[in-house]
Amino acid sequence: MSAPRLLEARGLVVRFTGQGGATATAVDGVDLSLRSGEVVALVGESGSGKTTLARTLMGLERPAAGEVLLDGAPVGRRARELKEFRRRVQMVFQDPAGALNPRHTVYEAVAEGLRLHGRTTRDPQGRTEEERVAAALSSAGLRPPERLFLRYPHELSGGQRQRVLIAGALALAPELLIADEPVSSLDASIRGELLALLLTLRAELGLGVLVVTHDLGLAWNIADRTAVMYLGRIVESGPTEEILTRPQHPYTQALLSVVPESRRLEPVVLHGEVPDPTRIPAGCRFHPRCPALADGSAAAAGVDDGCRTARLPVLPATGEHVVACHLAAARGVAGGSASASAAGAEPGRGASD
Amino acid sequence: MTGLLRIEDLSVTYRTEEGDVPAVRGVDLAVDAGEVLGIAGESGSGKSTLASTVLRLQPSSARVSGSVRVDGSDVLTMRWGELRALRWAGASIVFQGAQHSLNPVRRVGTQIAEPLRVHDPRATDDTVTSRVGELLEQVGLPAARAAAYPHQLSGGQRQRVMIAMALACRPALVLADEPTTALDVMVQAQVLALLSGLVRELGVGMVLISHDLSVLADMCDRIAVMYAGRVVEQGPAAEVFEASLHPYAGALSAAFPRVGDPAARFAPAGLPGDPPDPRYLPSGCSFAPRCSRAVDACREQVPPLEEKRPGHAAACIRVGEP
Amino acid sequence: MSAGTEARRLARRRRAQSWRHGWREFRRNRSGMAGAVVLTLFVVMALAAPLIADADGLSVTRATGGVLESPSGAYPLGTDDNGRSVLTLLIWGSRISLLVGLLATVISILIGTTVGLLSGYFGGWPGAVLFRLTEWFLVIPFLPLAIVLATVLGRSLVNIAIVIGVTSWPGTALLIRSQTLSIKQRAYVDRSRALGGGHGHLLARHVLPNVMPLVFANTTLTVAVAILSETTLSFLGLGDPTRVSWGSMLQDAFQVGAITTGSWWFIVPPGLCVVLVVLSFTLVGQALESVLNPRLRERR
Ligand SMILES: Nc1ncnc2c1ncn2[C@@H]1O[C@H](COP(=O)(O)OP(=O)(O)OP(=O)(O)O)[C@@H](O)[C@H]1O
Ligand SMILES: Nc1ncnc2c1ncn2[C@@H]1O[C@H](COP(=O)(O)OP(=O)(O)OP(=O)(O)O)[C@@H](O)[C@H]1O
Ligand SMILES: [Mg+2]
Ligand SMILES: [Mg+2]
Repeated sequence: MSAPRLLEARGLVVRFTGQGGATATAVDGVDLSLRSGEVVALVGESGSGKTTLARTLMGLERPAAGEVLLDGAPVGRRARELKEFRRRVQMVFQDPAGALNPRHTVYEAVAEGLRLHGRTTRDPQGRTEEERVAAALSSAGLRPPERLFLRYPHELSGGQRQRVLIAGALALAPELLIADEPVSSLDASIRGELLALLLTLRAELGLGVLVVTHDLGLAWNIADRTAVMYLGRIVESGPTEEILTRPQHPYTQALLSVVPESRRLEPVVLHGEVPDPTRIPAGCRFHPRCPALADGSAAAAGVDDGCRTARLPVLPATGEHVVACHLAAARGVAGGSASASAAGAEPGRGASD
Repeated sequence: MTGLLRIEDLSVTYRTEEGDVPAVRGVDLAVDAGEVLGIAGESGSGKSTLASTVLRLQPSSARVSGSVRVDGSDVLTMRWGELRALRWAGASIVFQGAQHSLNPVRRVGTQIAEPLRVHDPRATDDTVTSRVGELLEQVGLPAARAAAYPHQLSGGQRQRVMIAMALACRPALVLADEPTTALDVMVQAQVLALLSGLVRELGVGMVLISHDLSVLADMCDRIAVMYAGRVVEQGPAAEVFEASLHPYAGALSAAFPRVGDPAARFAPAGLPGDPPDPRYLPSGCSFAPRCSRAVDACREQVPPLEEKRPGHAAACIRVGEP
Repeated sequence: MSAGTEARRLARRRRAQSWRHGWREFRRNRSGMAGAVVLTLFVVMALAAPLIADADGLSVTRATGGVLESPSGAYPLGTDDNGRSVLTLLIWGSRISLLVGLLATVISILIGTTVGLLSGYFGGWPGAVLFRLTEWFLVIPFLPLAIVLATVLGRSLVNIAIVIGVTSWPGTALLIRSQTLSIKQRAYVDRSRALGGGHGHLLARHVLPNVMPLVFANTTLTVAVAILSETTLSFLGLGDPTRVSWGSMLQDAFQVGAITTGSWWFIVPPGLCVVLVVLSFTLVGQALESVLNPRLRERR
């Protein structure tokens, strides 16, 4: 945990202007940091802004506020800087069907990054481009790789496409991998293999991984730290064991209760309006759906007014267990110190949106 | 011949320049109205191929033999007109990863409305709009999202638009290919509840494809497990999940970790060995090379799919042996 | 140092495969095949003109026949007002008509594709400016602009091709632009950006290859339009006066009053040729579109 911070996000805000001028704040103030050799899981429900955050880290989306830092230095927007950044940080996209050019063969798709960075002739082990493509494909579980070289994406199964994407990112030997739902379309056996591969790369090469997922089992499988995102904000983060076995935020608790295989918990189905990034609720952004507010436990602790009106601060990107919840702060549990100061109105940022 | 869907001895082979790829090899399946059949299996085992063949949507490089009957009529020999009627109103399919097949330059509402308008050309704009809103709300999206373009939606939201489209014409048979893999657990629970509601209230028959056995166990009446183009186990959902007979099905159900289980921490479970290459399948049982229980006899003969317990069949000669 | 040669060989083999596949699909398309056969015949005729018809037959001074003779054994399609064989004129005319058509198409497609691609790919003001330019050219009526240009540039074969090319690109540009806009949204373009690809790479490797089929199919349709335009301009007397084309034949025929004298052999053959060629190009274009569009090809 003492390794220096490799990638860092500070106060990232990303907005989209939709039709009729409605502005969606997909990412609403996020601090996040990743060290090399660290695996961090970003979990949260659909539409909570995980992909947008990942894309912004990659420089594919322009933040309205905040900055992304690599090795402590802000990443610029000039082509040269971005290209250098992207040599060290790679991304696996969420939609494997759309992320492959229908006119490129598997070989071309995997070799694209190698060619772009002109490192074809500069492999440390002196391998040819073809050998490197083959190695990347087989490490992603596509064996023997030669049999897939000439296939077009529409001739692959869903899981095979996903692995081609992973191979394409790993072929560049990045220091950090941002993987958006990397195994969601894979069956059990390959899923296990790929996760094991990520752990191996981490152990051997110090690869850092930010894995975006809705699969809490995956976070449990490989992540050192887990951050839970809700409506553009990280609402709870900390060591995976803590988050997944002793969740403090009612939202995290609800998420855990609906995991199909964990039938030990009574499923908490969230009611209330569907979260909408164009209308982020005042106070705690989760309060309209919060089961703790609905069943009166917030009122019992005397924080229900705060839940409805007082904004919570952006959680700091420390490694400790922190939670943005008035109730948790009042109870003084884990991360209490971080969230205790939260009970007051948030200074500056966020008051206007 | 009753039953909503009857698949008999279906084989699908892709012809490619590097040789034939037998993706589905002799599959028999049946689904009745009001029933949910789950299909699980490894990536590349032929699940999607099977589903698209049911509506004759397989690519033109595929050679198909066997029969597929929907409501008694054979889909594979049916005339074009009938087939179209079937695709519009009789049966619909939610494609795997289909979020990207949404037209990027048209609003999602317009795209959901399309089957509605084709189905009933006399429908007024108002009825169509309100039905689109209703469909969106059914899949957990605000009706106002109809005005969004696909790239303005998250992956899970696009997947839900695809489900809304498939439900638009109230089909009698729904084929859902990995409908929830792009969704978080909360929405997954919601969509699964929606789908099972359809089955219960409208008596829809459903084929649900997933690689996640726990999802299938929750949702289905029966589960069929596929490996290398064949059904290797079929039986009541709970039995297949908790007391599987075929070693591959056993590996599948063991592979999803239970959150909080210390044994699974930093130890993702996998299945050793390489996935099978459909072009060079081993003789005998195709799972034998990766199977810890395989004996010589396994490599000699293809094990038939036989009933080992009432209503529960498996294609493994080692079932019941120590 | 053989890095990539194996890969290139593989890619070439695969490309050959998809060409073969495309050709098989094309052959299955009957109207497309019919168009292709007719076109081949015309092209062969144009190329073999010196072999099948003596160029002397084009000279007014050395004409051997009588004025507007009806078809006979010596003159299968009769003669024109100067006593030249209409068949000879028709064969030599096909060269000019096809040549101008192709030349104009190349110009039109080059401008249209470039403008469409750039205006679709680059948002912001460069895209907006190019789009305005396209719209501006689109609303100017073709004939007046063509007449003005032809008058200014002078009447020569190349100039007529330029005139047609410069006036007919906006349609192509709009088509390419809308396709580019749609491709720009695809996830694979983002993936390529994330791999480190710059604008040039994205345009050359992802956007262009995916609009190419459309360009291709559009080319054949543009040829049809260009040939028709050449006919129109020549008919209006704006063509190259020293060369015979189908359009100039029609112009001659009208000027000498072939309709009133009932000399159908002077009007019908060139007219029919224009219609046939234009129709064939259109049929081939439509067939190509259905073969090259991966969406139509992938699923049955
Ligand atoms: N280009 C865009 N224009 C407008 N709104 C957008 C755009 N991209 C994303 N959004 C909105 O931002 C929110 C966050 O989307 P995002 O894709 O980041 O979610 P996600 O957490 O990745 O969800 P999922 O798990 O479903 O993939 C969504 O409500 C989405 O509709
Ligand atoms: N058009 C095609 N041409 C050639 N081979 C194909 C084609 N489509 C699929 N295949 C092959 O057929 C096999 C079965 O593919 P299918 O898509 O049915 O798998 P699946 O069970 O749905 O897998 P997944 O869980 O990964 O989606 C795979 O080996 C795949 O590579
Ligand atoms: Mg996402
Ligand atoms: Mg599939």
